[in-house]
Amino acid sequence: MAGENAVRLRPPENAVDRRAVGWWRTQCLLATAVPVTVLGVLGALIAPARFWLLLPAAVLAAAGLACTAFFPAWWYRVHRWEVTDEAVYVRTGALWQESRIAPMSRIQTVDTVRGPLEQLFRLATVTVTTASSKGALRVEGLDHELAADLAERLTALTRATPGDAT
Amino acid sequence: MTGGPEGEWRRLDPRTLLVTAAVLCGVAAGAGVPVAAGLSGGRPLWQAVGWVLAGAALLVACGTAADWIRCRRTRYLIGPERIDLHTGLLLLKHRSLARDRIRSVDLTANPLQRLLGLTKVRIGTGESTGGGESTLELELVTRAEGERLRRELLARPAASGTDPAHDGTLAVLDPRWIRYAPVSFVAPALGGAAAGAVMQVSEWFGAQAEVIDWIGDRFETVSLPWMIADLVLLATLAGAVGALGLWVEMWWNFRLEREPGGTLRVRRGLLTSRSVTLEERRLRGVERVEPLGVRLFGAARLDAVATGLTEDDDEKHTDLKALLPAAPRAVADRVAAEVLGETASPTSAPLAAHPRAARGRRLRRALAAVLLPAAVLAALGALLTPVLLYVAAGWTAVLVPLAVALALDAYRSLGHALSGGHLVTRSGTVRRSTVALRRTGIIGWTVKQSYFQRRAGLLTLTATTAAGEGAYDVLDAGEAQGLGLADRAVPGLLAPFLVPAETPEARPTSR
Repeated sequence: MAGENAVRLRPPENAVDRRAVGWWRTQCLLATAVPVTVLGVLGALIAPARFWLLLPAAVLAAAGLACTAFFPAWWYRVHRWEVTDEAVYVRTGALWQESRIAPMSRIQTVDTVRGPLEQLFRLATVTVTTASSKGALRVEGLDHELAADLAERLTALTRATPGDAT
Repeated sequence: MTGGPEGEWRRLDPRTLLVTAAVLCGVAAGAGVPVAAGLSGGRPLWQAVGWVLAGAALLVACGTAADWIRCRRTRYLIGPERIDLHTGLLLLKHRSLARDRIRSVDLTANPLQRLLGLTKVRIGTGESTGGGESTLELELVTRAEGERLRRELLARPAASGTDPAHDGTLAVLDPRWIRYAPVSFVAPALGGAAAGAVMQVSEWFGAQAEVIDWIGDRFETVSLPWMIADLVLLATLAGAVGALGLWVEMWWNFRLEREPGGTLRVRRGLLTSRSVTLEERRLRGVERVEPLGVRLFGAARLDAVATGLTEDDDEKHTDLKALLPAAPRAVADRVAAEVLGETASPTSAPLAAHPRAARGRRLRRALAAVLLPAAVLAALGALLTPVLLYVAAGWTAVLVPLAVALALDAYRSLGHALSGGHLVTRSGTVRRSTVALRRTGIIGWTVKQSYFQRRAGLLTLTATTAAGEGAYDVLDAGEAQGLGLADRAVPGLLAPFLVPAETPEARPTSR
């Protein structure tokens, strides 16, 4: 389908904050550490089944560490966002790439969320919802001050744009 | 505590109690028979019956008393601007809806309620958020009161561009449409349910073995495969009869009308009468649904894509969005055009086909779904017993052609178009669905590309909307094709983010 007016969707302008890589790595490590610890403790306590508990623990640990080393850097390259006067544009996903676009006039709420880990890394997640049950846009891993500014700017822009959002 | 001249605090109809008592009697009878049968195993029959009757009386009395309290404590007021509802004994609930937010007033009455001239009223706002909190239910009021509420609450100044020429009946039931009832998916489901019910009831009475023996005796003279075939045929027949009955009950007296003031009204039902009113302001499009069986007979049904039909109550959801039962496709297309106010029917618009790569994806997926289990079976067969090898061979021989046929049909079903003010997208094979979505109702785009889609130059374009399922997909369109469609459907939204592709292979990769 490459006609003379073939077009493609360009990636959004802005990358997320560099600290997001650290945040994602910590999340990966925690997600790996919990089952590995459980299996490891059980393996240390239950002698007869030691091998069959420690083997999956080792496999899980290796897989988790590989993911920790590999994915966050990739995510950092592909997670991007952009806000213009007319629309919000977010792209996420490494293997399953997803680009979401919502016009200002249809935005209903703008939320800023900071989990405990995000606070540690001074990051925040901005969620932009529209009237659609499946149309929410999430920008993860923004610098928390930038996120607050962004939420404020979006709220102001939304207020200035007419429309009933449905 | 009385309102202005427009209304006063009203209560539910006291005959509600009769309905509740009757329903509870039915429940008690339904539960009592198997319980009595079970109890009579260990003790004399009169004792078992006595216990059950006492339990039933207690259930009916308590239930009715509780409902009496509910009735006494429930009252509502239709004010000039708001409607208020007070309910609850311990937990007092006070709900208030602004009248200009009311988008639907639906009446339902089952046979018992109809006999007593009562009806259930559901007053809904267009909000999809907040779940059930945005609807008020009045259970039950007289039919006259229900009609009065419907008229009064939905009466709008007929200013918003309504065209009297378009008012009136859009579709009435053609009894010949009943021929599509047995080919729907309801028939086999009902057949299976009937067979299951026979087994279950016989088990209650401890007679399951006898029933099986009796069936065995009937088929003494024929071989086992024939017996199975006969039984399946019998169940199918029972299912078909059940589907016909269900169709009559659901769709009898069906009538789709456009009323002055911009509302659509669907009335239907033989025993349980249903009246669903839909404000056209809420309508974002229609969905033409063709389940495989119905499609083979050239028929289709119509559902509304409207805001405010919450997804949490699935059964009511399907009940509320139905616009037309399975009818000849031409009728469905005509009704769709009239409902949407288009001159040319969007659902029958010629559709642009999707790239051939989409066909490959479908074929690969279908073959994988068949061959992976076959490979597992074959591997197990090689290790354990050769019987599994034959099963694997049979499985492959039967299912591969079927899977390929379905995959090719799924590819043929793919398509999209812009027809007047609507975006049209079609997909699916077992349940082929054509959605015509109002372009002004699109509130955002999602472009999804898996790794394999990127390699094949495909993308899935999703239009998000406040109505219906919240998002409708254009599956596996070509990259430029899909983006072009999105750009034309909602001009200006996507354009700032589009750049010319350098080569056919140019893929949106990140820096």
